[in-house]
Amino acid sequence: MSLRHFATGLGLLIVGIVLVAGLLAPYIAPHDPFAQDLMKRMIPPEWMDGGSALYPFGTDQLGRDYLSRLLYGARISLLIGTLAVVTSGLIGITLGILGGYFGGRVDDVVMFAITCRLSIPLILVALTVVAFVGSSLTVVVLTLGLLLWDRFAVVARTTTMQVRTLDYIAAAQAAGASRLHILTREVLPNILSHLVVVATLEMALAILLEAALSFLGLGVPPPLPSWGLMIAEGKDYMFFSPWVIMIPGIALFVLVLGINLLGDGLRDMLGTGRRV
Amino acid sequence: MKPVLEVANLRVSFASGTRAVRGISLAVQRGETHCLVGESGCGKSVSSLAIMNLLARGATRSADILRFHDTDLLKLTERQMAQLRGDKLAMIFQEPMTSLNPAYTIGSQMAEALTRHRRISRAKALDRAAELLERVGITAPGMRLAQYPHQLSGGLRQRVMIAMALMCDPELLIADEPTTALDVTVQAQILRLLQTLQRELGLALLLITHDLGIVARMAQRVSVMYAGEVVESASAEALFARPTHPYTRGLLECIPIPGASRRDAPLGSIPGVVPRIGPDFKGCGFRDRCAHAAPICAEMAPLQHAAPNHDYLCRLPPDWPEAAAA
Amino acid sequence: MLQFLLRRALLAVLVCLTVLVVAFVLTRLSGDLAISIAGPQATAEDIATIRQNYGLDRPLVVQFFDWAAHAAQGDLGRSYLYHAPVAGLIADRLPITLTLGLSGLAIALLVAIPLGILAAMYEATFVDRAIGIVALIGQAMPSFWIGLVLIIVLGLKLQWLPISGVDTWEGYIMPAVVLAFSAIPALMRLTRAGMIDALASDYIRTARAKGLRPGRIVLKHALRNAAMPVVSVAAVQLGFMLGGSIVIEAVFALHGVGYLAWESISKNDFPVVQAVVLFLAVVYIGLTLLADMMNAVLDPRLRTA
Ligand SMILES: Nc1ncnc2c1ncn2[C@@H]1O[C@H](COP(=O)(O)OP(=O)(O)OP(=O)(O)O)[C@@H](O)[C@H]1O
Ligand code: SF4
Ligand SMILES: [Mg+2]
Repeated sequence: MSLRHFATGLGLLIVGIVLVAGLLAPYIAPHDPFAQDLMKRMIPPEWMDGGSALYPFGTDQLGRDYLSRLLYGARISLLIGTLAVVTSGLIGITLGILGGYFGGRVDDVVMFAITCRLSIPLILVALTVVAFVGSSLTVVVLTLGLLLWDRFAVVARTTTMQVRTLDYIAAAQAAGASRLHILTREVLPNILSHLVVVATLEMALAILLEAALSFLGLGVPPPLPSWGLMIAEGKDYMFFSPWVIMIPGIALFVLVLGINLLGDGLRDMLGTGRRV
Repeated sequence: MKPVLEVANLRVSFASGTRAVRGISLAVQRGETHCLVGESGCGKSVSSLAIMNLLARGATRSADILRFHDTDLLKLTERQMAQLRGDKLAMIFQEPMTSLNPAYTIGSQMAEALTRHRRISRAKALDRAAELLERVGITAPGMRLAQYPHQLSGGLRQRVMIAMALMCDPELLIADEPTTALDVTVQAQILRLLQTLQRELGLALLLITHDLGIVARMAQRVSVMYAGEVVESASAEALFARPTHPYTRGLLECIPIPGASRRDAPLGSIPGVVPRIGPDFKGCGFRDRCAHAAPICAEMAPLQHAAPNHDYLCRLPPDWPEAAAA
Repeated sequence: MLQFLLRRALLAVLVCLTVLVVAFVLTRLSGDLAISIAGPQATAEDIATIRQNYGLDRPLVVQFFDWAAHAAQGDLGRSYLYHAPVAGLIADRLPITLTLGLSGLAIALLVAIPLGILAAMYEATFVDRAIGIVALIGQAMPSFWIGLVLIIVLGLKLQWLPISGVDTWEGYIMPAVVLAFSAIPALMRLTRAGMIDALASDYIRTARAKGLRPGRIVLKHALRNAAMPVVSVAAVQLGFMLGGSIVIEAVFALHGVGYLAWESISKNDFPVVQAVVLFLAVVYIGLTLLADMMNAVLDPRLRTA
């Protein structure tokens, strides 16, 4: 087995495990992730001195079970990652296909939109929106979705341009198929493999951004167990109990790595090459 | 006399399984021109790149003999080979449009060919470059040296490549269709220059060409390639006087008649196509297009002598043309 | 060439105008700014005063054109938190962010280019794959988390580097390294792709035919051609890094432009927020223009056209 295959398999395994953990969180979490117990604050993980089998990953500064929060946190990361990608994918793919297919003025407008989007400082604007609109899961998802469409648009545009000139698209045009039909039935399926790879990249990015926003206090609101928020809350204790930031940090790292490995494997398998 | 270049049983295959060169042998003497002819895709360029050890990645070469003077090229490290390349062993590539680096001036690219191998100042190297540009018929060489490749036409670039290969006065020059992009007068000038160098410095020239007119004018020896093999090898007179391999005969029958056909019309307007040669191929590569093919030809094609130093690769006896005519 | 640059400049102006609108709209998303500024304990009177002081009682369109007109002249308004002109606040903090961004970019290039070259030279071998996976690993680490881990390990356990502030140049090391992380994978992949194309090109074969040494072939002949896209992306990455430095500045408590923005966002200091958004966008646009010009200088085909 080559390093390549191993890496793709590992990615699949990681994403699968996190997905199952997130879905089954209510059934497998040992405690209520929100239940505070001020008598049991900052218990270290089981494998460390002073750890207890009751709290395998320890407890946080409010005495909440860290493993349970981690499991529920997986839901937040995956939910935000998925929904943000769906939103940004809808926007970016639509724009990209329109620009790539029609060219000319339409394409100028699409290119202009992409340029504007890239000029806008991503994290700063996301923070501002969340701060001024108010922080909630929905706001974070929508903000990220409205900001992360640029790569979808770029890739959809270039690939559509290549597909547009193919024979069967010309044949469909000649046969009088409607534009909507051509775009959704002929063009989209042909560029989908490239877009799937972009989707993995954007999902990883959305998860990291959500964590960063929550870390800065302007992402999902407490007491939700976002991994980024867990790191932010643990920051004050990290000098004496480094595990409070290591555990959620490693969870984030592993999930994002898994998604990236999977995306890299897909890129090879679907033969989308270096274009994405 | 010992040849400058001696090649025996040279083979090249690609990772895809294609056997591009299948055991060719040839020798080039000092002061001699050896022409390699054959239709497109028969393996001429791959053979010359293999000699220079410049094959693309994924290509493997092997040979029984690959000798430059007394040096066994097969045993050289890449470092030792690099010391020979550009100095005693030079090559002109078939692709003049893309063979110059777009980011550097002509002068810089020509000068480094000399400064790499000689203890010489850059200014002196540029003087030498200007002198050679003039000899390949480029006017205002000083100006050209300061220009970038994209500012030069294809013909000019080809001449720059020729001049660049001559920077260190090589002993062996492998020229892969060096004059295709040039008009007739410039072509004549270049060929004259090469002949002068042969006379004055004893340059050995392995000349790859499609143009049988050039062969007739330049060659002392000719090797005819087909599908990765040398199917006939003879002195130029012998080859034109008594072509023996059916493929060579086919080629010579379509020699361009001056005025009647394009100068660089492709060789071998023989009907049919060259087979793809995979690892399991055996028999005569020409059999699909040969009027004399027999069942035995699918098994093998023997190496035969038509005369001393005149070999060919075919089942037919040396006197078959006369027999056929009788 | 000139025409190309003129068109790029026109486009840049249009993008600036759009960003102007975006920055303005962003800070109006909360509905009534005066109420958010005044805070929960404010009386109706306080709110009315604030509204008047900041001109928030005027119609939005008037507010916008007033702001845009001033911004166009370099007057970005006054911060109500600092009671000072925003332009001055940004200018004061810019050196830190700029030092951070430039040293981050330098580190990123120093790591990414050699790795990219190595991966290209050993394309499709174990070396290439391993470098690719290292890049993926780097890409997967949240930058703020790397920052915290470095603080614990290098700052606290080993005590090699200061854990916050930039009183000495050592203070910049950790933040710059963390910032560099985000740019390394993209720059590395680009270098690799460019070098693979360059190394397979006919002119590299020519360089080898001249007998040039491998180092000269790779560094002079191949890298020079592979570097052109890297230069433009590096400029763009610097733009992203200046914008992304907000997270790093928060982690390392560096009082640069990002920190200013973070503070202002948390405290509803909207004149600062909209100004920083605009400022970073303009810097980014300027950098992309710069990248185009650098490419024109680097590529003789553009330079002499
Ligand atoms: N890098 C490569 N990878 C795979 N196959 C190759 C490669 N280079 C050449 N070939 C194959 O090797 C064979 C010989 O090619 P070569 O370039 O030597 O032909 P040629 O005789 O020089 O033709 P021409 O007259 O057109 O230059 C061809 O079938 C070609 O497809
Ligand atoms: S060996 Fe047979 S097929 Fe080949 S050239 Fe001779 S006669 Fe023709
Ligand atoms: Mg050739």
